[in-house]
Amino acid sequence: MSLNKKLVDMDYLLNEAPREQHFITGAQAMAEAVKRASVDMAIAYPITPQSEVMHLVGDIYAQGHIKEYYRAEEELGTMSAIAGAARGGVRMFTATSGPGLLRGLEAIVSWPGHRIPCVLGVLTRVVNAPLSIQPDNIEMAYLMHSGMIMLHAENQQDTFDYTLAAFAITEKVDVYIPVSVSTEGFFVTHAKGYVDMMSEELAFDVIDPYKAPVPAMDNEVPPARIQRDAPVQKSNFMSYLIHSVWQQEIWDSNRRAMKYVYQYLGGPIEVIHPDADVFIVASGCAAAQGREANRYAEEEGLSVGFIKVKCIRPWPKDEISAALKNAKAVIVPEHNIIGWLSKEIQASIPNGGIVVEGPRVYGGMTLPVELIMEQIYIALGMDSEKLQA
Amino acid sequence: MAIDKKRYNIRISGLGGQGVVTSAHILGTSMDNAGKYASLVPFFGSEKRMAPVEAYVRASSEPIYEVGEVVYPDIIMIYHSQVVTHGKSYTMPFYTGLKKNALIIINSDIDVLEPEDKEVLERLNAKVVQFEATELALKVAGTELATNMAMMGMVLGLTKLVSEENIEAAVRERFLGNSFVASGGTASLDSAIEKKFKKKEELLAKNMEVINKTFEMAANIDLSNAPLITKIEI
Repeated sequence: MSLNKKLVDMDYLLNEAPREQHFITGAQAMAEAVKRASVDMAIAYPITPQSEVMHLVGDIYAQGHIKEYYRAEEELGTMSAIAGAARGGVRMFTATSGPGLLRGLEAIVSWPGHRIPCVLGVLTRVVNAPLSIQPDNIEMAYLMHSGMIMLHAENQQDTFDYTLAAFAITEKVDVYIPVSVSTEGFFVTHAKGYVDMMSEELAFDVIDPYKAPVPAMDNEVPPARIQRDAPVQKSNFMSYLIHSVWQQEIWDSNRRAMKYVYQYLGGPIEVIHPDADVFIVASGCAAAQGREANRYAEEEGLSVGFIKVKCIRPWPKDEISAALKNAKAVIVPEHNIIGWLSKEIQASIPNGGIVVEGPRVYGGMTLPVELIMEQIYIALGMDSEKLQA
Repeated sequence: MAIDKKRYNIRISGLGGQGVVTSAHILGTSMDNAGKYASLVPFFGSEKRMAPVEAYVRASSEPIYEVGEVVYPDIIMIYHSQVVTHGKSYTMPFYTGLKKNALIIINSDIDVLEPEDKEVLERLNAKVVQFEATELALKVAGTELATNMAMMGMVLGLTKLVSEENIEAAVRERFLGNSFVASGGTASLDSAIEKKFKKKEELLAKNMEVINKTFEMAANIDLSNAPLITKIEI
């Protein structure tokens, strides 16, 4: 079905095309981005809260915006099929949540090494016992060592913009590894927010296989062996060498993606009040809570800085370390118990001891701004009145 | 007293069937109509009458970034005395997390607060307004289903967040829907819709009567030097 869209490059689509404001859920925002991304094919297996996104992607498939869409048998099958299709040279989208992500992880961690360009939506959800469907984001920690690029959206608008940008970044010839776009389930996916969107008559240029650094596979006559080289068939030492070459190249690709994060997202971090002594550093939904705390602090006449981390991989070590050069305390609110963001920040600055490990909420609970305020009062040496009645 | 603030975090606790979620939506729409901002989060377990229901509304003159349940409210609305007496709230006691100088509105004029509750609330400099919202709904609108309107009218009357016109537009939108109102006066409506529309117009008028009455009641209260509990006769 041809919808006669006007194909444009991502710079125009994201940064220049006129936009109109809509009041939609985060799930709608992600699907609306997919609609404008000239996606060839989507494959998914449903899980709450991702199911809302992939249901909507099913709708836009029915409307003719996507050429092919099916429900796979489960997530390992989904993620393996994504790899197969992407190798065939088509633009792929899938999404999952919490336990589904972990089930598909075996295939997902092989994507970068096999140079699979695709976009993975991660709508966060509890993975540990006791299980629940609420938006704890500990699952993102498992992706941090996969080699893929990771963007973390604060709200519905980010979800739309980052998902679109992800399709451009993943296919860059000097990147060509998968990109995940994470955001918190329910808080963003099922809640409405204002999203400025360009016309749906516009769409991102279709995939150009001649720009790919690896040749597309002929899926009608597939090679007997899927791996492009088979290290284990040679000597152990060949295997070690090839592994190191592939993996070093992946992490180099990951770092090379940073210039596109600048190009499409205006950089990996956003900074408010760069001269402050006390900073809140947060990503995703916790950044929304941090932004609110920053405003509360402003209303109380307190000088507090705010840094939103938009991309977790490549990790903006230099940017964060420069922004925190004169900081005396760094508060890192998070939606998980291990504090993966605060650990990254601690490792990025010479004086990691200034990082306050928290506040953190678990099991997908809301992150009250008041808990962040309490840490601000403590950091500023003020009397922190007891919050709880 | 928690009035004239830039930002209110409201927790509404009631029982299934009382219109807790509906009134949260109407509160939000009223703020939108007034050119202000609101966000709301409904939470309920099993969907049945008399089961605990909570809804959370953030209302502000500025954009709202924060999401999720209101853990530290500065306004609590209790739609049913059982929330207090039977612990039918999501947090125990019902005022868990209450901020200083907060406002609590309870649909009951019975002394539901225990001495130890009063001690905590005194310490937090809270103001408790108690009135028989359900009785008022029955008296003015002839139905206890308008209890939520009485509660909503009281909180908006006390905080002066929006005007009565803003609320009326929101109630109209809730019961008649935008498109319905737009075509309400046109001849293209068939008689069935006209009949339904008439019935809904009556419903709307009754709801507005309840809200207007609570606005009047709120206008006659000065909470600035009031004791912990202010009981209002209906």
